[in-house]
Amino acid sequence: MKTLILAFVLLGAAPAAFACESVSVGGITVQQPWSRVSIGTQRPGVLYLTIRNDGPADDALTAVSTPAAETPMLHETVVSDGIASMPHVMQVPVPAGETVELRPGGYHGMLMGLTGPLEEGATFPVTLTFATAGEITIPVQVLSMRAEGPECDDGQ
Amino acid sequence: MRRRSVILLGLGGAASAAAFTLGLGAWRSREGVLARQDPRLPLPLSLMDWRLTDHRGNAVSPDDWIGRPAMVFFGFTWCPDVCPTTLLDISDWLEELGSDADDLTVALITVDPERDRPEVLADYLANFDPRITGLTGTSDQVGSAAEGFRVTYQKVPREGEDYTMNHTAGVFLFHRDGRFGGIVDFHEDRRYTIPKIRRMLG
Ligand SMILES: [Cu+2]
Repeated sequence: MKTLILAFVLLGAAPAAFACESVSVGGITVQQPWSRVSIGTQRPGVLYLTIRNDGPADDALTAVSTPAAETPMLHETVVSDGIASMPHVMQVPVPAGETVELRPGGYHGMLMGLTGPLEEGATFPVTLTFATAGEITIPVQVLSMRAEGPECDDGQ
Repeated sequence: MRRRSVILLGLGGAASAAAFTLGLGAWRSREGVLARQDPRLPLPLSLMDWRLTDHRGNAVSPDDWIGRPAMVFFGFTWCPDVCPTTLLDISDWLEELGSDADDLTVALITVDPERDRPEVLADYLANFDPRITGLTGTSDQVGSAAEGFRVTYQKVPREGEDYTMNHTAGVFLFHRDGRFGGIVDFHEDRRYTIPKIRRMLG
């Protein structure tokens, strides 16, 4: 069992190079986009990434689209008074000079209505719409169920 | 957390004082004991009353867990964020504890029994530490379990037939004798978590 899990983890880590890609438009840089393997297509998939705003003005992520899901949405996991909920958010603010993460337990893209299973090692494109910077399209790497993020050399 | 332990100590003190003044017979009746529990904290396993089915199809009740320390949390497998994150955290703790945790009961109780049937839980849990058990039941059965743990959950409709669940997020710890031992909060620093779990194992 131990070897099996280890193999699983290694498989997840090996092709992570793709997830270390970054794309910039204007002052906005999107990096480390990743998702988790799905079990079939019934459950929603997830999308995590990091957004850096090197520009002089505040911006905001306002929409996500992808051929991988019929209804991709922006969510935020909130734990308040010990209760976890996952409200839909209209936008994710990206203030000037700051880095904002979509990460486990916080903001995330929720890929409702997967058009196909997300398989480990595969990639799918997502297009992010920003209020000011406009659209950025980036390939998203599907990591293992036990992944906690891509392993990139430079954290930022 | 600090506040919780203060409350517990306070209760302990009040309990021993009261035990002197009251007759022990009335004190020990189940209703009497229940009435004196803090309504915000999980009951001791010995006072809980529920029956669920695990992901292998076996019936489970709280008595089955007494005699071993336990770690229990509520969730549902249709959420791609909180649930895998909690399961990953727990898998990491179990890895760090190694064989010391072989004795520990680790259970996920679904708040979404409609979709999380035993075979669905089995499929899902195959991705995590094999020591984690998934529990489900009828919605009434899950309701009784939630009552014992003082957990709340709520179905939130989304577009079409779809829905998500809001639910209590902490991980509950129980001593070998079934006494409630503490809560690990969501995203709590693991430096505090591992010693907390070790206290249950000791
Ligand atoms: Cu979500």
